[in-house]
Amino acid sequence: MGETTVNVTVNGRSCEAVVEARLTLADFLRETCHLTGTHLGCEHGVCGACTVLVDGAAVRSCLMFAVQAGGTEVTTIEGIAAPDGELSTVQAAFRDCHGLQCGYCTPGFIVSVTAFLEDNPSPTDQEIREALSGNLCRCTGYQGILNAVHQVTGAARGEEPA
Amino acid sequence: MTVPTAEGSTRYAGARINRVEDARLLSGRGTFVDDVSLPGMLHACFVRSPLPRATIRSIDTKAALAMPGVHAVFTAADLNPDVNEQWHTSVGPEGPETPRPPLAEGEVRFVGDAVALVVAESRYLAEDAVDLVEVDYDPLPAVVDYTTAEQAATLVHESHGSNLIGQMSGLPASALQEVFDSAAHVVGETIYQQAYVPVPMEGRALAVDYSAPTGELTIYSATQAPHEVRLFCSRLLGVPEQKVRVIARDTGGGFGQKIMVQRDEMCIMLAARKVPGPLKWIEDRRENLIAAGQSRHEHAAVKMAFDAEGTIQAAQIDFVSDCGAYPTPWPVSTSSVVGALFPGPYRVPRASFTTKTMYTNTVGRTAYRGPWQFETLAREMLLDIAARQMGIDPMELRRRNLLRRDELPYTNANGMPFDHISPMETFEQALDMLDYPAFRKEQAEARAAGRYLGVGISNYVEPSSPGFGYYATEAATIRVEPSGKVNVYIAGGSTGNSIETTVVQLAADALGVDIEDVATIQGDTAVTGFGAGAAGSRSASMTAGAIRETAAILRERIKAIAAHKLEAAPEDIELGNSRASVRGTPTIGMSLGELARAAYFDPYSLPPGVPAGLEASARYTADTRFVWVNATHLCTCEVDVATGAVKLLRFIVSEDCGPMINPNVVEGQIAGGVVQGIGGVLYEHLAYDEDGNPITTTFMDYLLPTATEVPVIEYGHIETPSPGPGGYKGVGEGGAIGAPPAVVNAVADALAPFGVTVTRLPLGPTQIHALIAGNRG
Repeated sequence: MGETTVNVTVNGRSCEAVVEARLTLADFLRETCHLTGTHLGCEHGVCGACTVLVDGAAVRSCLMFAVQAGGTEVTTIEGIAAPDGELSTVQAAFRDCHGLQCGYCTPGFIVSVTAFLEDNPSPTDQEIREALSGNLCRCTGYQGILNAVHQVTGAARGEEPA
Repeated sequence: MTVPTAEGSTRYAGARINRVEDARLLSGRGTFVDDVSLPGMLHACFVRSPLPRATIRSIDTKAALAMPGVHAVFTAADLNPDVNEQWHTSVGPEGPETPRPPLAEGEVRFVGDAVALVVAESRYLAEDAVDLVEVDYDPLPAVVDYTTAEQAATLVHESHGSNLIGQMSGLPASALQEVFDSAAHVVGETIYQQAYVPVPMEGRALAVDYSAPTGELTIYSATQAPHEVRLFCSRLLGVPEQKVRVIARDTGGGFGQKIMVQRDEMCIMLAARKVPGPLKWIEDRRENLIAAGQSRHEHAAVKMAFDAEGTIQAAQIDFVSDCGAYPTPWPVSTSSVVGALFPGPYRVPRASFTTKTMYTNTVGRTAYRGPWQFETLAREMLLDIAARQMGIDPMELRRRNLLRRDELPYTNANGMPFDHISPMETFEQALDMLDYPAFRKEQAEARAAGRYLGVGISNYVEPSSPGFGYYATEAATIRVEPSGKVNVYIAGGSTGNSIETTVVQLAADALGVDIEDVATIQGDTAVTGFGAGAAGSRSASMTAGAIRETAAILRERIKAIAAHKLEAAPEDIELGNSRASVRGTPTIGMSLGELARAAYFDPYSLPPGVPAGLEASARYTADTRFVWVNATHLCTCEVDVATGAVKLLRFIVSEDCGPMINPNVVEGQIAGGVVQGIGGVLYEHLAYDEDGNPITTTFMDYLLPTATEVPVIEYGHIETPSPGPGGYKGVGEGGAIGAPPAVVNAVADALAPFGVTVTRLPLGPTQIHALIAGNRG
């Protein structure tokens, strides 16, 4: 199995390791960097639980190899709150709106929403729903999650899906 | 926050308190099983059968064992002889159980059946080695269709002698014959529900750390019931219970699938004693979809007799369910609940039922949120069909038959003793929230314009918080620590049900302390008393009972100490804001910290007879056998008759769960269940082909609802206290019970102009298109 040295900046810290070419970014983050907040829900790119930011873009870390992330800056769920533990606006909104229950899918949602609102700070209800449609949640029925995103954007919540 | 609260008043129960679970889960600091990493940890991966039924001729493990990094490859011969006892506590040692070999022994019985277990230094290596294990199978004919399994020549379990696992019945159908023969209207259909499943976002997971010198096992488990995992493991391995410690900090959803230990987990427990390091197994999504269990797959012939005014005279259900090869637990008693509850929250003077549970060569049946929900699905679908046939409005038909408050208590025709419910009130509230007449007007206008809108309703009554056997008690230990801060120890464990927050709210109220002063420790069998876990919508009522009993002891002790120190009578002491003060003179008081310091560090200053310290344990025994809960689900939709697509417009739930401990949590539980129910009707299908091959093994094939499909859920609340602690009722399962028939009925109502009768789920675009085409053609 081919091994390569890879250096990734994760949450602002340099993380260098010799890894197998087949090691996914998700497993690199969880096992090599010991950042277990990134969760795996399907390992085939559908559920979005493993979403992280790679150079600011939301990426499914189960579909990317660690070696492909060499030289990039990765932000995981552990890098979203302030160093003193103060929650980000998105995290606080999820807490306020009961946007999480078991919490397994939550890191992926927080990272996806954070990236989405960077790109589109004033989305419509329909845009929010489409942005969230790449993340699966089994506990909340998405109600609290949608309310949380609306709380962040201050937009009125639409009554109907398209 | 300086005004003392009156004795017994609630400050936190009833409020939308933020959850104590959230800080860690929002920031990636939760502890799920896969997050546990121990020195020398090894990783397990199963070799699974690609065939639904076959004889195992031989298993060649040599190539796999020769791979660097592989520690062991176990087969049935290695693990199965170590089984000491295998039975689930709720079923008991004498239960008529399914044989449950940990690894397949001689014969595989479904695609995904575990044949061998590879242990290696990493999951990557274990998966590599799985590919090198050569199993020689001799294919055998399989029993795939449960509807013909009873007559099949092939037996799933030769030793059982039949594919019929068991059957139950109420009054014989013949007893109702006269009623049906003389009724003005008789409506009957056979209604089918496809298999759909819990799909927790985290699959099953187990890590077992065995210490050979002490014989102790520490188990990290994704479970709804840590104490059941401990009991099961101790019996399985023949190890004393106190040598097994189960830790369940964070579990990524369960919905019934993670209540009981299944064969795969048994293998990990057995193998952990034979390998040189802690052993971890993390179920991947494919395994979860082929091997974690099936639910819902069932059908029934249902029949109701009505008089000329639409009053129900009798109801009958003959129910059959697919239980796969290895159901967990024994499925026969759950099936009887379907029969017993079929009359629902209606005045049904006569009823009969039969139930049959069938073995097939598919994955075994497991619990899923409201495991008996077919009774509601079938009844509510049949009522709509009946209304259409009799030319009565479906809401009016229900109104004529729903139980009224003045008829309670009411024992249904199968002996179910309903009380403290409000089916008529939730029904009327839901219709008001919709403005039913306005919807019918809108529907007529839409139809005139070639658009097809529909409305569907369902009413149910469900038993929560079972008060018998294994489920009947719950314990709490509360420690007011020497600093005056409070720790509550309760079985619990976070699986998404917000039980940590619930416990903190209830304990703060029960002791009159500020909520910031209360913490809870859960999900660790080493420090919590036995509890049956998150099952049967029992956590709210049982936890409230456990805290009530335990806090009462402490409250009395705190008051005795305070009265002694403040030179007042104990009955004049009131607790609030983490202080004990003299009633009417709030300035005369002591903080809980001062009282605790005295209790722990100045024991000779305590009043005579009061023990030192401020800690107590007590066990609550359920006040009632069941806590009944009712709700009404009401849904509107538009069906695109060209594409068969369904768009849900409004979804209203009016429930009566008694007083709410935390409305956020109640609504969250309802919403999650409702969307699972919507998924079950419109999108989800755990499908097998006719040869017994699972064909929905990824999230590309097994479709879950996403944020783009779900409607805004509107909540109505009727409050009828239960006779149990705090008047609380269970609310965990109802959403998944009530939603499916409301959605089905809405679709059927939209399609009424086509003369369509809906009797089969799911209702995907293909099925809807076929229904319309069938009636046009």
